[in-house]
Amino acid sequence: MQLLQRRPLPPQLTRVRLGGLLPLLVILAVLLVLVTVRQPDFLAPASLMSFLGRSAPIILLAAGQYFVIVSGEFDLSVGSLVTAQVVVAARLIDSDPSRTWPVVLVMLAGGVLVGLVNGLITTRLRVPSFITTLGMFLILVGAVYLWSNGAPKGGLSEEFRRFGRRAFEDVPVLDRIPYALLVLLVLATLAVLLMRSDFGRVLVAVGDNPRTAELSGARVRRTRTIAFMLSGLAAAIAAILIGGYSGVSFQAGAGLEFGAITAVVLGGVALGGGRGSVVGAMLGALTLELLFTLMNFYGVSGALRPTVQGAIILFAVAVSTRRFTSR
Amino acid sequence: MSDRQVPLLALRGISKSFFGVRVLDGVDLDVAPGEVHAVVGENGAGKSTLMKIVSGGYAPDGGTVEFAGQPRVFGGPRDAQRAGIGIIHQEFNLLPERTVAENVYLGHEPKRRGLVDRRQMLSRTRDLLATIGETALPADAVVGRLGVAQQQVVEIAKALALDARLLIMDEPTAALADHEVELLYGLVRRLQRQGIGLLYVSHRLTEVFDLSDRITVLKDGRRVRTMPTAEATAEDLVRQMVGRELSSYYPDRAAAEDVGAVRLSVRGGGNRKLRDIDLDLRAGEVLGIGGLQGSGRSALARALFGVEPFTTGVVTIDGTPTRLRSPRAATRAGVAYVSEDRKGEGIAARQSVLDNALLASRAVFPARSGRAARTVRVRELLAAVEVRSAGDDQEIRFLSGGNQQKVVLARWLALDPLILLFDEPTRGIDVGAKSAIHDLVRRLARAGAAVLMISSELPELLGMSDRMLVMRDGRVAGELPAGATEEDVVALAVGTVREAAA
Repeated sequence: MQLLQRRPLPPQLTRVRLGGLLPLLVILAVLLVLVTVRQPDFLAPASLMSFLGRSAPIILLAAGQYFVIVSGEFDLSVGSLVTAQVVVAARLIDSDPSRTWPVVLVMLAGGVLVGLVNGLITTRLRVPSFITTLGMFLILVGAVYLWSNGAPKGGLSEEFRRFGRRAFEDVPVLDRIPYALLVLLVLATLAVLLMRSDFGRVLVAVGDNPRTAELSGARVRRTRTIAFMLSGLAAAIAAILIGGYSGVSFQAGAGLEFGAITAVVLGGVALGGGRGSVVGAMLGALTLELLFTLMNFYGVSGALRPTVQGAIILFAVAVSTRRFTSR
Repeated sequence: MSDRQVPLLALRGISKSFFGVRVLDGVDLDVAPGEVHAVVGENGAGKSTLMKIVSGGYAPDGGTVEFAGQPRVFGGPRDAQRAGIGIIHQEFNLLPERTVAENVYLGHEPKRRGLVDRRQMLSRTRDLLATIGETALPADAVVGRLGVAQQQVVEIAKALALDARLLIMDEPTAALADHEVELLYGLVRRLQRQGIGLLYVSHRLTEVFDLSDRITVLKDGRRVRTMPTAEATAEDLVRQMVGRELSSYYPDRAAAEDVGAVRLSVRGGGNRKLRDIDLDLRAGEVLGIGGLQGSGRSALARALFGVEPFTTGVVTIDGTPTRLRSPRAATRAGVAYVSEDRKGEGIAARQSVLDNALLASRAVFPARSGRAARTVRVRELLAAVEVRSAGDDQEIRFLSGGNQQKVVLARWLALDPLILLFDEPTRGIDVGAKSAIHDLVRRLARAGAAVLMISSELPELLGMSDRMLVMRDGRVAGELPAGATEEDVVALAVGTVREAAA
């Protein structure tokens, strides 16, 4: 049954919306200029590619965090999840190359499972996600210490580590393409496609107004749980890359949750949900990483990182609140 | 009011533009002490901008504001408050966990030796409430536990505690139940007797006629006319607001042959808020649901949409017993629901018009292919319901209430629903958009949909319904045919007549 005469429309071109990302792109460009002034080699293909490969984990984590934040929740557990995954992977592989792929699968499944638990506790038991994932953070930290008796055991195989540290060398023009960068490009594309799909649009609407979404037939709890699972999955992939790049330690994922949240906020995504793009979140991560590189080149102590992150979060949220409340 | 009195407020040639769009254009307006001056106009006519200028929220681009005989330039709302202009917003600005007295004196508590003097605060609040004849309201009651009407009294007392001589009331009855409106009338008259001037903004013409001394009509940012209420008629006002006759206000009812088979039926439906609901809803008809607030009207629509499902009884749709356990299940069964709380449950404010219109399609029937065609279809629907926006990519929060409601409608029409449940579909919507929605509802029924429509506005209920059920205490108190009078509905709603056999 057709209830209303539909009015035919002139065909419309889909516009690419850059407006929201413009400030971030400007910041990114300025940082790039500052870095190049200090270190002209930075823009050389080899070093640029290495930088992008190195940034892949935090960009992936930012994308994962984005799904959760845009749906109106938080995921504080990703940093400790990365640590747990790296330590567990080392012990399971125990330097045996043949175990590489099974362990990779176990890690991916483990990430999704942690996300599922986060999601179910948040949506079914109605524990605020801030608390749920803080609890999960502590549980994972403690469990990993307990399981490994205080010192990481075993070791990662070279097959495992290549994802995070190797590259296609001697590529024309670009010189080298890190595996991590390829992984990132594939997953970033998938993330963008996901956000353009019906699921992605409903996810944002859930974050904007869960009541409206529910009364439009959306499964709000399920949607949010899936967001947590995606974040867990992103953490697992980040763990694979980080383990490969920097090896096994209890510090492998320390502070990454805040890095990811900072990146997402910097990318113009509203805390509380309903606004912002996954591209913005990932560019935010890139900007943050570039900022740290800059600090490094200018000899600013790495110990200042948390301070800088904190300042960025406060500043970005203050700015976006001003921008969106004034009509 | 006579011209001899010095006006309390005199606006001369007020103009205001936003981003180059002229919102107010040379508006003049006077309020005398003790006068109720109603300002009417469609949404977007400039009423709220004008009120914000009077209350110091905006500075005018041109023109002058004189208050109590002196030209004023307010630097902000606090300036205006200090000068004696209070504003009662549609949404209250109260601390629910604090007492009446604490709210009334918030920010300027009476002090003794640097500490808040609670006793004095309480006694002053009591005096204040007494002067406006609200002795029944305890000054130490916690505001969150008060009813909406009483909270409104607290808001008014709050303004009076700052010695307001002019009160602006923005849609004061929007949140009130019918019997509470009477109480507000009384209060307005007592304020008037104390020489307080009132600027009264409302969509409801009945109130405007009941309360005001003069009426100013705004249209497209200009003053159309100011007239004494005694000389105005409803037809005039509507014509001046929209340029349309009142007689064409409601579309024609369904002819007998248009009404088809029973689409939805409920037998013995009940849940925490409803009992013994029997109801048949036919294809092609608009079934009106009347009753007081809290009588179970909304609960009925929400039960049928699976928000708070029936726990007893049987629901059949097109002859098939159907369990409507969730909004999703109801949507899949062909039911659509437009909530009375548009902001809280109807729209996702920061999403685009298009995203809002696609929400139900995406959530319930996600598409793997054919998404472009679906988008085109929804864009056509948005055009068909005549949504006025800066484009389908504009965020919905920037649209007027009426246009937001049309988007919500388009969201459901995209699913071609068989049964439509409307809860107060025109609440807080301007006159023009209102009649557009009435037309839409009727066209949907004519196209074969079964429509259930709840309304607190009796003229709307009577004007739109092919027949009516009136609810009371969670039950159906009786059925009325088209052509029933307001008195019939009220009598059933408050229970002064024996329940008619349905």
